[in-house]
Amino acid sequence: MIEMKNVYKKYPNGITAINGLDVTIDQGEFVYVVGPSGAGKSTFIKMIYREEMPTKGTVKVGEFDLMNLKNKKIPYLRRHVGVVFQDFKLLPRLTVFENVAYAMQVVNRNPKQIQKRSLEVLDLVGLKHKARMFPNELSGGEQQRVAIARAIANMPRVLIADEPTGNLDPETAWGIMDLLEEINNQGTTIIMATHNSEIVNRVRHRVLAVENGRIARDQERGEYGYEN
Amino acid sequence: MKIRTAGRHIKESFKSIIRNGWMTFAAVSAVAITLLLVGSLIALLMNVNKLASDVEEDVSVRVYVATGTEEEEREALRSDLEEIENIEEIEFSSREDELENVMGSYGEEFGLFEGDDNPLHDVFILNTAAPEFTAEVAEEAAAIGPVVDDVNYGGAEADRLFEIMETVRNIGAVIIIALIFTAVFLISNTIRITIFSRRTEIEIMKLVGATNWFIRWPFLIEGALIGFVGALIPVSIISYLYLSGFDTLMGYLSGTYFGLLPPNPFLIQIVALLLTIGVVIGSIGSSLSIRKFLKV
Repeated sequence: MIEMKNVYKKYPNGITAINGLDVTIDQGEFVYVVGPSGAGKSTFIKMIYREEMPTKGTVKVGEFDLMNLKNKKIPYLRRHVGVVFQDFKLLPRLTVFENVAYAMQVVNRNPKQIQKRSLEVLDLVGLKHKARMFPNELSGGEQQRVAIARAIANMPRVLIADEPTGNLDPETAWGIMDLLEEINNQGTTIIMATHNSEIVNRVRHRVLAVENGRIARDQERGEYGYEN
Repeated sequence: MKIRTAGRHIKESFKSIIRNGWMTFAAVSAVAITLLLVGSLIALLMNVNKLASDVEEDVSVRVYVATGTEEEEREALRSDLEEIENIEEIEFSSREDELENVMGSYGEEFGLFEGDDNPLHDVFILNTAAPEFTAEVAEEAAAIGPVVDDVNYGGAEADRLFEIMETVRNIGAVIIIALIFTAVFLISNTIRITIFSRRTEIEIMKLVGATNWFIRWPFLIEGALIGFVGALIPVSIISYLYLSGFDTLMGYLSGTYFGLLPPNPFLIQIVALLLTIGVVIGSIGSSLSIRKFLKV
């Protein structure tokens, strides 16, 4: 499903973030991406939805060959890859409902479907009753739930979560984790970059440790493996 | 594009105009002030230009008929003159008419010269089709023969006048072009600032898989609307001032060769120009400004 071969990424400022990385992730997997800050985790994740373009190598996501993907086609890739960020990135002037609906308007779905699916995903993340509120009226955990609802609205095959619990207290973080598990159980591939050792060690999944721009460890049901 | 999508873009742009109330206000005022400046200066310069042309038009070639020329010869001269190209009108002013002009300008004492003592000549006054033909026409008229005593069009003075008018016109054109560029720059800059504050929004749109045009359309429509509304204000101010100013000034100028540009079509052209600048710059400015943010 996701395939990277011999990938290099050198930024214009001379820093080599990814240095010969190989990895294959199958459809439906749940993968943690761990590693020290500055080891290339973020770059690795950004290459999956083409926010960053590798300097060299092969990157394939589903039927998309990212090395030969025209800029014009990037939006179509992103409709298959939902992304959730540490800072949520909700549109502040739109209500919760509109934020979720927006991702579907972009894909030109008809308004009835949008209405139905928005309420469905908001129900899944447990925020149907707050649909009319604005993001700044919600707690951090609730905002992250809205972000997740938006990311899965178009039923992407992959959900990328970049430190989704980074800004949240432990209890809220567990709630988000349960939600991601549930989405994974419905068949969506989940790639989650995290610094949260407790989560990684308790909810065991495949662990990819990124160090010096390479996969230093690839372990099924692995441990976090770093001192926090 | 589907009608539903077009409707969505229009709705979005209105929503954004309202939700970004203060930014909209700032952008509309910037457009209004800039276009007010551009519009009034264009109106002023175009009228200065018109007056310059009027002055030039006023220059005519005077062909002095030799004293003692018989009426038949004079009529022959007239038909010779009519042969010359680029003449719009030939007027005849007899020596008596000329003397009366002199008496009118310099005083009744010149009445002494009335009758046979009149030293003046009969004159044909040639109005050329355009100022640049003046020298040429004068030359050809002088070449007709001994019936022509002298030809005069102010010579060096008229040439100098033409030069000055040419300069005035060129400076005016340069100022107008510079102003339009300033307007373009100012308006697109203001819109750039409005959009800059929404770069996160654009970033998120890109991340959820919006195509560039899907993001661009609402901004484009919003820019055009801001430009249009911003242009309406100077358009109404300039129209009002020009119409009232035109009536007043034309009162003073009546009976002279000079006149302002009539509101129809001049004012209509200015209105069209300002509205076009507003809408075109508004939409182009906004789509250019978001171009940078679309590269995510």
